[in-house]
Amino acid sequence: MSSAAEAEAKAVAAVAAISTRGVARDFTAGQQTIRVLHGIDLDVRAGELTYLVGESGSGKTTLISIMCGILWPTEGEVRLFGTDIYHLSDSDLVDFRLRNVGFIFQQYNLIPAIDAASNAAVPLIAQGMDRLEARDRAIELLAALNIADQADKLPNQLSGGQQQRVAIARALVHQPRLIVCDEPTAALDARSGRRVMDLLREVALADDRSVIIVTHDNRIFDLADRILVLEDGRITHDGRDMPKDH
Amino acid sequence: MVWIAIRMLTGDATKFYGLLFGIAFSTLLITQQLTIFVNLIERGASGVYNVPSADVWVMDPVSRTTDVHLPMPSTALDRVRSVAGVEWAVPHLRAAASVRTKEGDLEGVSVIGVDDATLIGLPRRMALGAADVLERPDAVVIDDVGTVRFFPVGYNPVGERLELNDQRAVIMGVADAIPSFTSQVTLYTRYSRALNFVPGTRNRLSFVLVGAAPGVEAKALATRITKDTGLRARTRDEFARDGVDFIIENTGIPLNFGITVLLGFVVGVAIVGLTFSLFIRDNIKQFGALKAIGVNNAKIRRMVAAQAGMVGLIGYGLGVLGTVGFIWGFSGNPTFKGFYIPWQVPLISLVAVTLILALTGWIALRRVLKTEPAAVFR
Repeated sequence: MSSAAEAEAKAVAAVAAISTRGVARDFTAGQQTIRVLHGIDLDVRAGELTYLVGESGSGKTTLISIMCGILWPTEGEVRLFGTDIYHLSDSDLVDFRLRNVGFIFQQYNLIPAIDAASNAAVPLIAQGMDRLEARDRAIELLAALNIADQADKLPNQLSGGQQQRVAIARALVHQPRLIVCDEPTAALDARSGRRVMDLLREVALADDRSVIIVTHDNRIFDLADRILVLEDGRITHDGRDMPKDH
Repeated sequence: MVWIAIRMLTGDATKFYGLLFGIAFSTLLITQQLTIFVNLIERGASGVYNVPSADVWVMDPVSRTTDVHLPMPSTALDRVRSVAGVEWAVPHLRAAASVRTKEGDLEGVSVIGVDDATLIGLPRRMALGAADVLERPDAVVIDDVGTVRFFPVGYNPVGERLELNDQRAVIMGVADAIPSFTSQVTLYTRYSRALNFVPGTRNRLSFVLVGAAPGVEAKALATRITKDTGLRARTRDEFARDGVDFIIENTGIPLNFGITVLLGFVVGVAIVGLTFSLFIRDNIKQFGALKAIGVNNAKIRRMVAAQAGMVGLIGYGLGVLGTVGFIWGFSGNPTFKGFYIPWQVPLISLVAVTLILALTGWIALRRVLKTEPAAVFR
């Protein structure tokens, strides 16, 4: 790499929310080692709604896991907001995630025995905030998501859409700088799916925050700021729209 | 996070109650069985405890307990009385006899002959009548086990006649005594009358009960009696311990109770382990999500520890309460008369429960700690 290119790369990294360089990941099955990611170089900017798209087995779950700090890469470097996260100690990495990353899981993974507000308050409680204070903060966010009236209900008393809003509130309540969503519209019809995406854009996206969504739901591709297509562990497309052949 | 952990646990009512049952049942089994064991083997010393006034028991050198003894010649009494430091010494006879009941059944009984003059050898308290009733002709005092064994519940046996080794005996009182290890009926009578009731060999004197003179240590006196007379002399505490040790060494009771206590522990581990594992398995996604969000392993450990601690505390309390209820419920039964829960028993149960929870909690926790946060995306 030339010095000019290196300088450009460093400049990008300085403003990038996420920067990966040469990220590879191997999985071992029996005596066989399979490489599922091949030297991913990627910069995700803050203020962008980025889609990670690909067929099952393309490596998108592995990549998103590595990007948010929950799966160690076999090779390469990952910087989140300038921090080389895989050079942090285990405990520092966990703490970094707790303060900087918000998760929205496909199955929501809400705790069935605590009400919606307490579920949404979990990251704040984990940070050590007083439970009632954290709950109040969560209720404010639930109000922004139009489900404040459901705050006292248990997850099994909520509809799927309401549970997802609680999951969104949980991902945002501690004001992280990176939001990671796994297939947020997979279980929803087209209209509900678009509503969720609008909601995410409205409440989650900010100048200093990046939102990455793993999806293969082509009904919402037009809502992305950027689409990354992953095939066989390599990024084969990077643009605002999906390539024509997909 | 502890609050969340507790809610996670109590929110799954089936598993929560399953865990409580496992711990409570284990605690009950361990505490109740240990309590019965301790009280039962202490019955091996009941003969000594029933005569609290004797500081030293003197016997033939081969005698081992109040029930396993070789009679001495009557001259042993005078030899003991001659030892310096002996305030008083009285004869004491213990022998087996047969009683024919009103129904014609034959029952084995213990006959205890107490000192004619002082009545030393009789239990301290009488349930019915007074100690001096033994001065009446053919009088015997029956222990409270006998009143239930020979007569209907609530029946007053005073005045009832018994055929004791083919001789007439009249019950004139009921002693409030600690039952023997075998819960055999005991009849107390005067030493001279006991000699008539119980035919025997040339030597009839089972024990000499000794009171130490003021300022004389029982232990020192026992040593001196042995030295001066060649007889075996044991202090009250030593002889009580001998009775307990005899049962421990010569019966399968410790082994059997030990097996039951072990079973209680194993059942606890099995029920709690299985239920805890199921609980963790059902919540593994939630734990995985918490780990992904940024809940570190130390907090996860505290969460599982809080869950185990809560189950342990409530389950243990219920188990001990169950034991108290059992002892209280059966306190009216002569077999369980005087049973108590020694403080060491709940402590041992607590250690067992802690071990059960530490073991099962550790196994469950391993699974949570091994769960990769990335698994939540799969």
